[in-house]
Amino acid sequence: MSGGINWFKYSSPQTFFPLAGKLAFWFGVLALIACAAGLYIGFFAAPTDAQQGEAYRIIFIHVPAAWMSMFLYLVMAFWAGLGLAFNTRLSGMMASALAPTGALFTFLALWTGSLWGKPTWGTWWVWDARLTSELILLFLYFGFMALQAAIDDPRRADKAGAVLALVGVVNIPIIYFSVKWWNTLHQGASVSLTQAPTMAATMFAGMIVMAFGFWFYSIATALMRARCIMLERERASEWVADYAKGSA
Amino acid sequence: MLAALRCVIHRDLLLAVRRRSDVLTVLLFFVIVVSLFPLGVGPDPALLRTIAPGVIWVAALLASMLALPRMFASDHADGTLEQMLLGATPLGMTVAAKVLAHWLVAGLPLVLISPVLALQFDFPQEFLGTLTLSLALGTPVLSLIGAIGAALTLGLRGAGALLSLLVLPLYVPVLIIGAGAAESATSGIGGQAQLLLLAAFLVFTGALAPWAAAIALRISAE
Repeated sequence: MSGGINWFKYSSPQTFFPLAGKLAFWFGVLALIACAAGLYIGFFAAPTDAQQGEAYRIIFIHVPAAWMSMFLYLVMAFWAGLGLAFNTRLSGMMASALAPTGALFTFLALWTGSLWGKPTWGTWWVWDARLTSELILLFLYFGFMALQAAIDDPRRADKAGAVLALVGVVNIPIIYFSVKWWNTLHQGASVSLTQAPTMAATMFAGMIVMAFGFWFYSIATALMRARCIMLERERASEWVADYAKGSA
Repeated sequence: MLAALRCVIHRDLLLAVRRRSDVLTVLLFFVIVVSLFPLGVGPDPALLRTIAPGVIWVAALLASMLALPRMFASDHADGTLEQMLLGATPLGMTVAAKVLAHWLVAGLPLVLISPVLALQFDFPQEFLGTLTLSLALGTPVLSLIGAIGAALTLGLRGAGALLSLLVLPLYVPVLIIGAGAAESATSGIGGQAQLLLLAAFLVFTGALAPWAAAIALRISAE
């Protein structure tokens, strides 16, 4: 036998359900702490920007939200693809649980970007490459959710959603590299993995802490939603009946 | 295998010829949508000249989307699709043949009539070739991407509206590049870059979309 560790212990809804509950709680606590710290750094500790004044402070929400909007789509497509390839029940549930959070962050990124654009660019919206592709990302999330909602059989919904999510993945590199490929209004990235960030250290710290806060929030809400989906789909099983009795 | 493909294409074209009104409806829809724009935005020739490629492209996009549900629906209804799923020909190849037949019926007429519509918009004659070529390269891409959406929504409630929600976001890159070809041709830069990109889209989707649509068909038929 292989090592004695059961790698698939948590791949069944019955064993994952209590674990997801504990994880969701602790990630929720972490998200609260990180967001509170990030907002404090963003609004009180970080200096005023020399060129943009106070308006720049929206980046503490905008940039992490935009990161999460793309990252969550990749995670969703990963789970969806896993479910399609190995026919695992939980993967499809995770993919459906992630979609609303991803759509929320995409909407947040667009909205905060628009609020920032008015004082800085002088317009709420431009048909710039990055804005447009982020808008398409929002439509992709909506399409994914609408397709799953239209199919009654959850297994078919998972698989059909998976095909759509994987087809839509093509859009992610387009968004990410749009500011490099097309030199339109949206500025290039100020933060990258290969060189030092071109901004003050406190601003950078605020953004990173907020990014972690959003990350923890996404994990917590996705797990909460996955718990609801598990209960709904497994409602005929014994463990759900036991759980319902225990909590009543 | 090629004989099987020829058979699928021949059958779909024959069915389309027997039901000519279906083909004509899509074409008329295209013509009517394009004609609405001068009525809506006003008949100023300078304005019409600049919006012509965009209007024709958007109308082509909508018209080809309108035709999508028919790609698999009748085969699904009469059980032919199940025979295709069970058949010895690889499903991806069958889907590719069906997409080609669908494009010949729903896409090619749009391409052929587009120069006439462009003239109604006072579009410069020397760039008509670029516009038509961009549509000739772009509309098969629309049919290929649309095949995935049509396969995913097969037999669902409200499939038509859902299909547009799934497919239109994926059409956007083709629209931007396609309409851009004629626009940069008229502005003097030349549309070669966009035409090459469209050709690249066609090769890319031609290789992958039938395969993805085949997977989607198997899921829908379960």
